[in-house]
Amino acid sequence: MWALRGLRNGVLTTRWPARPDGYAASTRGPATVLTPGTQPPSRNGHASLAGLCPTGAISQDGQGAVSVDQGRCIQCGRCMAARPDLFTWQHGPGSAALSRTGLVVPPVAETLERLAEVRNDLRARTRALRRSVHLRHVDAGSDGTEEWEILALSNPVYDIHRLGIFFTASPRHADVLLVTGAGARGMIEPLRKTYDAMPHPKVVIAVGTDAVGGGLPGSSYATAGGIGGVVPVDVWLPGSPPSPFSILYAVLLGLGRLPAREGDPR
Amino acid sequence: MATGTDTVLGSVPSLWDELTRRVAAGGRFADLFGTARSDGLLLTAHLIGPSGLETWQALLPSGTASYPALTPRLGAAFWYEREIHDMFGIVPDGHPRLQPLILPTAAGPPRPGSGTGSATTGPATAEQVPEVLPSHVAGPGLFTIPHGPVRSGVVESIEYLVETPGEDIPHLNMRVFYKHRGVEKRFEGMTAADGVLLAERTEGIATVAHTLAYCHALERMAGAEVPWAASLIRVVHAELERLACHLDVVVRLADSAGLAVATARFGWHKEQVLRVVGQLCGSRFGRGVAVPGGVRAAPLLAPGELLAAVGELDRRVSADLRVLTGTASFLDRLRRTGPLPPERAQEHGALGPIGRASGVTDDARLARPYDAYGSLSVRTASRPDGDALARLEVRVQEIAQSVHLLRQAADELAGAASEAGSAAAGGPLRAPCDVVAGRDVGWAEAPQGEVLYDVSVSSGRITRCRARSASFHNLVLMHEVFAGDILTDFPFIEASFGLSVAGVTG
Repeated sequence: MWALRGLRNGVLTTRWPARPDGYAASTRGPATVLTPGTQPPSRNGHASLAGLCPTGAISQDGQGAVSVDQGRCIQCGRCMAARPDLFTWQHGPGSAALSRTGLVVPPVAETLERLAEVRNDLRARTRALRRSVHLRHVDAGSDGTEEWEILALSNPVYDIHRLGIFFTASPRHADVLLVTGAGARGMIEPLRKTYDAMPHPKVVIAVGTDAVGGGLPGSSYATAGGIGGVVPVDVWLPGSPPSPFSILYAVLLGLGRLPAREGDPR
Repeated sequence: MATGTDTVLGSVPSLWDELTRRVAAGGRFADLFGTARSDGLLLTAHLIGPSGLETWQALLPSGTASYPALTPRLGAAFWYEREIHDMFGIVPDGHPRLQPLILPTAAGPPRPGSGTGSATTGPATAEQVPEVLPSHVAGPGLFTIPHGPVRSGVVESIEYLVETPGEDIPHLNMRVFYKHRGVEKRFEGMTAADGVLLAERTEGIATVAHTLAYCHALERMAGAEVPWAASLIRVVHAELERLACHLDVVVRLADSAGLAVATARFGWHKEQVLRVVGQLCGSRFGRGVAVPGGVRAAPLLAPGELLAAVGELDRRVSADLRVLTGTASFLDRLRRTGPLPPERAQEHGALGPIGRASGVTDDARLARPYDAYGSLSVRTASRPDGDALARLEVRVQEIAQSVHLLRQAADELAGAASEAGSAAAGGPLRAPCDVVAGRDVGWAEAPQGEVLYDVSVSSGRITRCRARSASFHNLVLMHEVFAGDILTDFPFIEASFGLSVAGVTG
């Protein structure tokens, strides 16, 4: 009975990244600057522009040029509602970056140079993993949505098994560590132990704005303001929560397996 | 419409007398929490009585180190008193098991309340988690299996301590504190508008219900009347959230039983629900929809498109559910597994599908209607058996009810739009809701059960926000349901509870 039902709707699985996917292209990423480099006429003054963002992701330099730190963006949409002339959504799965500073829009010049270095280092480390990769997830204080979006990767729409990527229960078998949450104090030791138990080479991905920069919980008596200080992070993926496609993008970015069509990773 | 009545009683024992008297008379214990004030610790209890929500309070004067525990008289307060002890360091005398619940500390010094609000000054450190496993059952060959906080699969962090002689589970203990994020403390000092963002993230898979409960509290303070179209849009999102959560439970149950095709099919259905939510508002979890006073924007899908999407989903989901509830090997794993006796459910005031599967029929959408629920037709799902199968059956009924509600709400939205003569939802979507000072309670029926928000505002800033999720109230019932079950039943029982740890630890 179930075997027949399984055939009922044909192949549901996306071909992304080998082929483009309409839904992947339409999913909402973090906020971004509409036209980087513009210096807005100070309609409300500089202070109020920074005050737009509840997590302080927006800043202005001495000349008044606006930048967004996507690692702090919780996708509330408040900035673009107030200043549609300056901010907009970034669409598509490509939210992740190989360095924390790589999440700042517009990019800092210094970052671009370091990026090549970071990418080469990561590529050298992960060469051995290319076609059979095991993921281990640790929740370090998420709100619960990131787990749903990671788990979605096993459903038939995303089906990461087609890419030779599997979830594993044991950190001893894991190549990639997905960490969610702002770093709850109670999870810091378990997270460290999990990381230490993984064999080399290993890749760590901070999944979600909370894991990247603390998000709304931030740094408090209960949370560490992100997991960057606990384990060495290789891939930074903002989003509250990030979409399944952007999580898949982050994993492939960490493994150096993104097709060139997806553009230059940052 | 139910209204809150606030009564401050002279002393804690008289508060306990009042609570136990009212619970004995049929009231349901709903919440107990502390608020640090300059003159001491204010204890606040919420009860659901025959006329709705009742609030009772008593003050523990500054310098009080302990008070007589409520738990020996009212078992439902078991975790609530442990939470107060964790957060404020005040000891409930006679509490049966005063171990850390919310904060990851073992036997640290009492933590003084921080002057105002909810929490604690001292940073809790992981090093204090005891290495020796607690055990509560003694006997030959008994040992404890620590299961967590990092467990197999992609799940939230929690530790189950299974005490077993090898096969059956005579006792289960839980340590839930690992992922405490300090949410209630974080609310303090926020503006009402920023508070919505945190309410959305208190228990992410119930984003809409938490946001609604939070908004209801503020709307009651401001006396704001949510526009009709906005209240319908809220219902649409709340019911889509229920569909997604209930389908998630079905996925987990099917996965536990090793039904690969059913797991894949329901995983696909859940993904489709999240995509419809995303098409409606841009967020797959309904974030940014509800704001105090109404909703932020009209849905991005027209009512007709929503109806079509819901119809398609309903066709597929109900066909697959019919097959699933006819798969004997699957039902065998659920029948008589993890039974919660109706009298225990009643005593504890079990919420949501867990309560309704054990004959406790309370549903805030019917009993204390909010938004558009009072004008739409909805029936309570209920089963008397209390086992994992009953909990699944309740969810199957609720999925059908949610589809029914979605159809009604979409029809009403189409009507409102044509009346207003615009393509989008008719009329304004947001009433002014500015709160400078006040305190009130809001509620909503999340997929996991009733969510309560007790919000205090002063000078436009939140001074205390108590967020009581159904997950917090219900998870403690895991202690009760393992009589006669064996290790391989564990994933079914956990999945059939369908709770979120984020909502438990805050």
